Amino acid sequence: MADATTYDPLTTAGTWGRRAKVVVYALLTLFALVYLVPITVVVLNSFRDLGDISRNGLIGIPHSFSLDYWVQAWCKFCVGGTCKGIQPFFYNSVAMVVPASIISTAIGAINGYVLSKWRFPGSEVLFGIMTLGVFMPGQMVLLPWAQVLGFLGLTNTIAGLVFIHCVQGLSFTTLFCRNYYVNIPDALIKAARIDGAGFWRIFRKIVLPLSPPIIIVTLIWQFTNIWNEFLFAFIFSSGTHQPITVALIALSGGGTAVHQYNVESAAVLIGALPPLLIYLFGGRYFLRGLTQGAIK
Amino acid sequence: MSVESFTLTEVKVAPTPPRPLRERLSSFLPQLVLAPSLLATFVYVFVFGAWTIWISVSNSGDLPDYSFAGFHQYADLWVNLRWRIAYTNLFLFSTLYVIGTMVIGLTLAILIDQRVRAEAVFRTIYLYPLAISFVVTGTVWRWLFNPTTGLESMMHQLGWTSFKFDWIVQRELAIYTVVLTAIWQASGFVMALFLAGLRSVDPDLIKAAQIDGASMPRIYRRIILPAIGPIFIAVLVVLLQSAIKTFDLVLAMTQGGPGIATTVPSIYVYDLIFQRGQLAEGAAAAIMILVALALFLVPYTIWTNLRQRREARDG
Repeated sequence: MADATTYDPLTTAGTWGRRAKVVVYALLTLFALVYLVPITVVVLNSFRDLGDISRNGLIGIPHSFSLDYWVQAWCKFCVGGTCKGIQPFFYNSVAMVVPASIISTAIGAINGYVLSKWRFPGSEVLFGIMTLGVFMPGQMVLLPWAQVLGFLGLTNTIAGLVFIHCVQGLSFTTLFCRNYYVNIPDALIKAARIDGAGFWRIFRKIVLPLSPPIIIVTLIWQFTNIWNEFLFAFIFSSGTHQPITVALIALSGGGTAVHQYNVESAAVLIGALPPLLIYLFGGRYFLRGLTQGAIK
Repeated sequence: MSVESFTLTEVKVAPTPPRPLRERLSSFLPQLVLAPSLLATFVYVFVFGAWTIWISVSNSGDLPDYSFAGFHQYADLWVNLRWRIAYTNLFLFSTLYVIGTMVIGLTLAILIDQRVRAEAVFRTIYLYPLAISFVVTGTVWRWLFNPTTGLESMMHQLGWTSFKFDWIVQRELAIYTVVLTAIWQASGFVMALFLAGLRSVDPDLIKAAQIDGASMPRIYRRIILPAIGPIFIAVLVVLLQSAIKTFDLVLAMTQGGPGIATTVPSIYVYDLIFQRGQLAEGAAAAIMILVALALFLVPYTIWTNLRQRREARDG
């Protein structure tokens, strides 16, 4: 990456430059405000009472404050007949996303290791085939998945969703890891082989110790995507087995009932929190995953 | 798969100077390790793909029926008003979403590229929507666009009682609220991609142009932007892909309404297969989504491969 400090158009350009700098900051701040409006509104509303919201509107300065709506959203609010709040669905998502991310990342790492360090005739073609999965639109595989899940007895289970996300995520995790491992010098591997180290030993002793960055990127990528995923969750789960994204739609989408915007805001925030926290604390890795996922 | 045929012949030949089985197996270990994933991907992409294609030309009603019926489902699709609305919406949505996101993303990237202070803060703010699901984004923006709770009511509270902003409940305009929300969600991401590109341009080129007396806008237009051309294409492809797959955002915001005004192909597929039990036509619609993707992904893949090969050849 080039050094960004080598040119500085605006500070060197005199008064015009200074004026331009003001415009730049003004625009950046304006955009920042637009980006922050939705989250600010939701955070504020999650603490306001309903009277306050209906009197002063959703977008307004709070006149009331209570933590009660978070408690309600977490464990009391009624979603689709059961009144345990968003909590069981949150745990469903956890039970889905943790195994699915770990398994798909582990398999991806091993696949990437084979496809970069143990190439064989045709392995590049196989790699190409594996990356095709990245482009497959979900709608194309809904019917087959429905049948396969039925056949395996996994219809409407978290295990079924874990299975789907593992298979679907393989292409991504393999792609990520392979492209990372390609940069490990082959000489390292060769030397180890001459010393008599085998396939697994080289993986454990040489490749894995070099892997933490890509493992974190891949895990974060998988976690965020699976946590936020909706289509498969929506179609292949129902009732008490729904992940949180589906429950949120059920909770806030019901058009007829009077909206409890405060509780719904809290619930929406709870649903958004895990990936948001990951983004705030692992932003660097998060971004790297995004750019790699976009431009392979 | 080739992996299995290798091991089979290996067993049959049974070489006379006996190498221990362990050793023979271990020489194929990489292939063996890869085999399950390959099988899974192969099934996922090709078998599932072929399965859906077959359903689309079968007699399936609300249950799969694998007898051949012909291609009339595809013709029926285009007669169906709802599908035509869905496809028109997809084109409208994709076009505006791609243009809007790229313009805003590039603007933000160029602004941030002016060595601003607190760059990390701005970047963090622009990018956080990416960490949030479409369901959450859609829900929140639905509230904001809703005339009785959102922006319109806020303006009324502030005393501007004639203010009107009810696009989300207008048949003709609802799709634009989805576009705006989608742009809000993705423009930070595009900013990050463009920014990485801007920073990778050779600074010597820029300095040389500055010494020659070129103005900054001119340098951007003539040197920097052309240098990041490939990133434009990559961003375009990523955005088009996500546009075509859009499902949850529309569902969370408008559920395809008012009426069927904001239906998109992905919702149409879901509706036909899982709500109306018209498996064959639903499958045909799913394949049209794949066709739309292939229309630009295939040329893009060929282009990147050619480019990589050319780069490899030229060193």
